[in-house]
Amino acid sequence: MKKAKVQLSGVPQAKEMTIDPAKGTLSDGDGSLRLDFPLSGNVYGTAMNYKGNLDQFGRSLHEAPYQKPPEAPVLYMKPRNTFTGPETAIRIPEGETEVEVGAALAIVFGRTASKVHEKNALDFVSGYTIVNDISLPHDSIHRPAIKEKAQDGFCAAGPWIVNADEVVNPDDLGIRIYINGALRQEHSTSELVRPVGKLIADVSSFMTLHKGDTLLVGLPPGAPRVQSGDEVRIQIDEIGALTNHFVSERSYVKEGNR
Amino acid sequence: MKKARVSYKGNVYEAIVEGDQLLLESGQTVHESKVTWLPPLETGTIFALGLNFADHASELAFNAPKEPLVFLKGPNTLIGHHGETPRPTDVTHMHYECELAVVIGRQGKNITKDEAYDYVAGYTIANDYAFRDYLENYYRPNFRVKNRDNCTPIGPWIMDKDDVSDPMNLALRTYVNGTLEQEGSTKDMIFSVPYLIEYLSSFMTLNEGDVILTGTPKGPTKVNVGDEVVTEIEGIGRLANTIIEEQPAPIS
Repeated sequence: MKKAKVQLSGVPQAKEMTIDPAKGTLSDGDGSLRLDFPLSGNVYGTAMNYKGNLDQFGRSLHEAPYQKPPEAPVLYMKPRNTFTGPETAIRIPEGETEVEVGAALAIVFGRTASKVHEKNALDFVSGYTIVNDISLPHDSIHRPAIKEKAQDGFCAAGPWIVNADEVVNPDDLGIRIYINGALRQEHSTSELVRPVGKLIADVSSFMTLHKGDTLLVGLPPGAPRVQSGDEVRIQIDEIGALTNHFVSERSYVKEGNR
Repeated sequence: MKKARVSYKGNVYEAIVEGDQLLLESGQTVHESKVTWLPPLETGTIFALGLNFADHASELAFNAPKEPLVFLKGPNTLIGHHGETPRPTDVTHMHYECELAVVIGRQGKNITKDEAYDYVAGYTIANDYAFRDYLENYYRPNFRVKNRDNCTPIGPWIMDKDDVSDPMNLALRTYVNGTLEQEGSTKDMIFSVPYLIEYLSSFMTLNEGDVILTGTPKGPTKVNVGDEVVTEIEGIGRLANTIIEEQPAPIS
């Protein structure tokens, strides 16, 4: 059992509640509570931060258009039109048949972090949550992938923000993606190129992460693809599980986002 | 009408600018020298365009793009009129970039070019500094180049859409310490304001308060600590900024 900030649907202030990450339950909920998107600030993502991402690119990191492996963290933004909560329907855009689902440990900042040192970096974290970072499949990361990563509903987050002091070691958490109940991907944050503290230090060396902002640590290599009708559950040790399902643009418009 | 956001005597106000006077929403009228200019709106999503002028693209040895080269910026980058932008001590290529900024006035998806201006609230000026020493070829232009704190002066105000007769025919000029260094026109954009609104809204919902920085023409040059950089757009105004030395990380 862990303490977490929970954004109940219809309630303006997040509530501190006790949750069970393994069972996905709230201690004082009756199971019928609906949860909302728990984040309030800007959401920044990190690419190429699993060792397997670099392996996947292999030699091509030394060739055009990349020329050499990345030095600074490779960042992008998930803008506000992409935000959606747990248990929502996410649309596959018209004209597309499938999307990639990325499983991200999300660092939520409780204090504004600017030029922080790696050894103090975790002091700036208020908690951790799960983000399903959705993309249209794309091979090149040479240019910013706005069309691929910023479509409406492409950033699901939740179900809650587990307090930072409840997470023993953010650099050793198992991350699993289940599609329609079947395990499809399994990784651990122990595979990060820049572990959480180092990532915070290196990003905050050139841009401030404000209180309430969120930084995704990266997406494991080989993000699975899903189609309309699929249900996706991302589970992270000590945090919980985030579930969403995918629908076609047409049925999304017809049925509305329940 | 020119709408600004300022701080005055410990509070933040929206204000209407008339000449050198500001009419605060509280009813007070104050001289512009008494206020601190803030970015003229609390922004939603901030879009920026790379290589959107053919002359600037060829200057950087790129072919003009076939699809808009769009990137996003965080609100940490914005700083108001007469603000200061830090220049890291280890860079040699810090460039100003004078850009027309389009402020979205209402929510829309799948907006056509013909109706695009119905979704515009007004226009302001941005100076989207780049720190080219930090360029890397991953999601280029990468965040270390374009998402630094206070690296995007914006303002001084939002000029109402109705007060700008043709946003696609405005002179853009940059002065460094009073000398004209960059000159171009919005008529030379590769992707026009209506095109960009149609393009972006074809795959994502645009919301009130979103801002599109539409790219810079030929002529960015290096600037240094102490330089005063003024970016000017015909019919909108002049945005001033001073370059200061970036403070190193505190010793911990």
